[in-house]
Amino acid sequence: MAASPLVRADAPDATLVVRGAHVLDPRSGIDEVTDVVVRGGEVAAIGRDADAPEGAETVDGTGRHLFPAFVDPHVHLRTPGQEHKEDLETGTRAAAAGGFCAVLAMPNTDPVVDSAPLLRSLRDAARLQARIPVGFLPAITRGLGGTELTEMAELREEGAVGFTDDGRPVVSAGMLRKALQYQRLCGGVIALHEEDPSLSGKGAMHEGEVSALLGVAGIPSISESTMVARDAMIAGYEGGRIHVQHLSCVESVAAVAAAKERGVQITAEASPHHLLLTHEAVRTLDTRMKMNPPLRTEADRQALIEGLRSGVIDCVATDHAPHARDEKEVPFEQAPMGTTGLETSFAALYTELVKPGVLPLELVLRRLTDGAALFGLPTPVIQPGAPANLALVDLGAEWVVGDGGYESRSANCCFDGRTLQGRVVLTVAAGAVAYRTRSFEVVA
Amino acid sequence: MRHLLSIEDLDRADIERICDRAGAFEEVAEREVKKVPALRGRTVLNLFYEASTRTRSSFELAAKRLSADVVNFAASGSSVEKGESLKDTILTLGAHKPDAIVIRTPWAGAAELVSRWTPAAIVNAGDGKHEHPTQALLDVHTLRRRLGNLDGAKIWIVGDVLHSRVARSNILAFQKMGAEVTVAGPPTLIPRGIEALGCDVRYTLDDLPQADVVYALRMQHERMTDSFVPSLREYATWYQVNGRRLGPRQVLMHPGPVNRGVELSAEVVDSPQAVITAQVAAGVVVRMAVLYEVLAHANATAPHETDPSHPVPA
Repeated sequence: MAASPLVRADAPDATLVVRGAHVLDPRSGIDEVTDVVVRGGEVAAIGRDADAPEGAETVDGTGRHLFPAFVDPHVHLRTPGQEHKEDLETGTRAAAAGGFCAVLAMPNTDPVVDSAPLLRSLRDAARLQARIPVGFLPAITRGLGGTELTEMAELREEGAVGFTDDGRPVVSAGMLRKALQYQRLCGGVIALHEEDPSLSGKGAMHEGEVSALLGVAGIPSISESTMVARDAMIAGYEGGRIHVQHLSCVESVAAVAAAKERGVQITAEASPHHLLLTHEAVRTLDTRMKMNPPLRTEADRQALIEGLRSGVIDCVATDHAPHARDEKEVPFEQAPMGTTGLETSFAALYTELVKPGVLPLELVLRRLTDGAALFGLPTPVIQPGAPANLALVDLGAEWVVGDGGYESRSANCCFDGRTLQGRVVLTVAAGAVAYRTRSFEVVA
Repeated sequence: MRHLLSIEDLDRADIERICDRAGAFEEVAEREVKKVPALRGRTVLNLFYEASTRTRSSFELAAKRLSADVVNFAASGSSVEKGESLKDTILTLGAHKPDAIVIRTPWAGAAELVSRWTPAAIVNAGDGKHEHPTQALLDVHTLRRRLGNLDGAKIWIVGDVLHSRVARSNILAFQKMGAEVTVAGPPTLIPRGIEALGCDVRYTLDDLPQADVVYALRMQHERMTDSFVPSLREYATWYQVNGRRLGPRQVLMHPGPVNRGVELSAEVVDSPQAVITAQVAAGVVVRMAVLYEVLAHANATAPHETDPSHPVPA
């Protein structure tokens, strides 16, 4: 019997009534101003003037929106070994502040999460420290070395949600094929960071006009798209299930679309930074804009938005990648790849895509939760009897990213300094209050 | 001008002003005592993270001819090898209160980054493969001396553009001065997207006779081991500027050091068309003008300066 995939620290079930919020959940179909009662870990009741349970806290939802809380299938929590960047507590606190009720953590830690004892100790630590439920994707290959499979079946029994070598590609086609064959025994989605190192080389940003001007070695989009196409072929041949992480370019979107057309079991994600920024943001060599895959062109960005709209891209994932200040405060080419994203994901998408009318709010809400089902996790939904996973958001609230600091231990956010609209004021994850703004007023 | 970080930051008037002042400094080199007191009491720190003989000594000579105190700091054998970060190095050296830091690093944007960590004026002496602005200024100065002006001049930059900070700075500087720039070289060494800088791209030297100026770049041996070119012999066959390819009215430039027999044949290096030694000489006066620009000019209250518009006090 496999262990339950998500773990978190014990937290008391919330007993509260959110009164007068605009409740919006495209899945349950609810779209009205009403009251929501939370009790015993569940949404106990929905309806105007619903009776407050004994001792319930009343939360004023007036002028605010209540959404199903979000799920992020791609974050770096840095435990074990890199706790100077982030840990299970700070990372899940940042997630809760961004309205997330569940996240999936990547294994490129130190040591790499590639064995059952390591996974067990990590999950034990999460049971003490994680503010919201966390799942773990251990490595496909030992030490992310690309040459030996991990003990995938044992890892699954220990609670592995899936497998990934994220941060590195599975360079060998033969190795990926074996992992997909083995997947028939143990299950678990294989999530892939797609990159051909012979093409990306020492690249530090997108190869194009901006890299030509800056003299910084480029990462061509074909380093990603050729691997997406290759791996879709392998997955199709083996009947395996793959998930392509952080798509960044138009050719990769096309490769995923073509594979879906052929019936390959392939899903894909895109990050807020790839959906909202381009390589123009790298002109100043701001190390917060350095990530892998890199920010690419406007045409690539538009293709990602279109892919998200059409469903070729199944979900949004932040690839939250915290780095310490001294690690990023170096020349661009020396800086590590990655941006934080958990605290800004919804607000950035709302400000830059929903408000200008590029994408409907309902679609963005879906894509912020669709990651759950891809990995076999329950999808947050607002309906009576469902687990209480709720994000109360003030869509009118403007805030400057980074003003007042971050919940994350790190500050390397690509949206730092931007004025965004839409602020999470309360997050309920698996029935417990996981976050509330410091200025939040309790109405007795 | 507070710093010299990039040719991108300069306009034509800035470039002309610096070159004019460099011209005024030329007379100093002819004196018996090759020194003027323009920067007396000022400290210039040369901070080099990459091996460099020419650029470093050229800056050193420029600072000394302006009577500045010069400290050379090489990254090898220093705290940098003990793992000190660039920021900590700058903060540490900043405690010596340098007025200007001349910095070369293997990293794009490092000079700009450093300018945020110190009140000293920063002069970029090469940041990775990004820019080498004083090289571009001395090349413009050399060409103005030779041609009068660059308006309408057709300048071909030939060779390894991909790995060349000189190419990037010179494309920008030559264009700002009114020249038409073409880059030519093997397709593996021409960066994708370079057309966005407004230059033409060629993969052969067939049309080289159109050029008024031929600017050859240094071809490094390691490009061969990285498979950018199959062999230096084949490179030379296709891209070497030699007596057969170079016309009598064309001007030949090279940033040095030259690989004779690779990018240039011996006969053109020694030909009257070549201005390579003039470029080296221009290096000192242009760097004097740059140091003057960021130090003396920025601060009209400097004790030894009565009129900053006169660069060479008697």
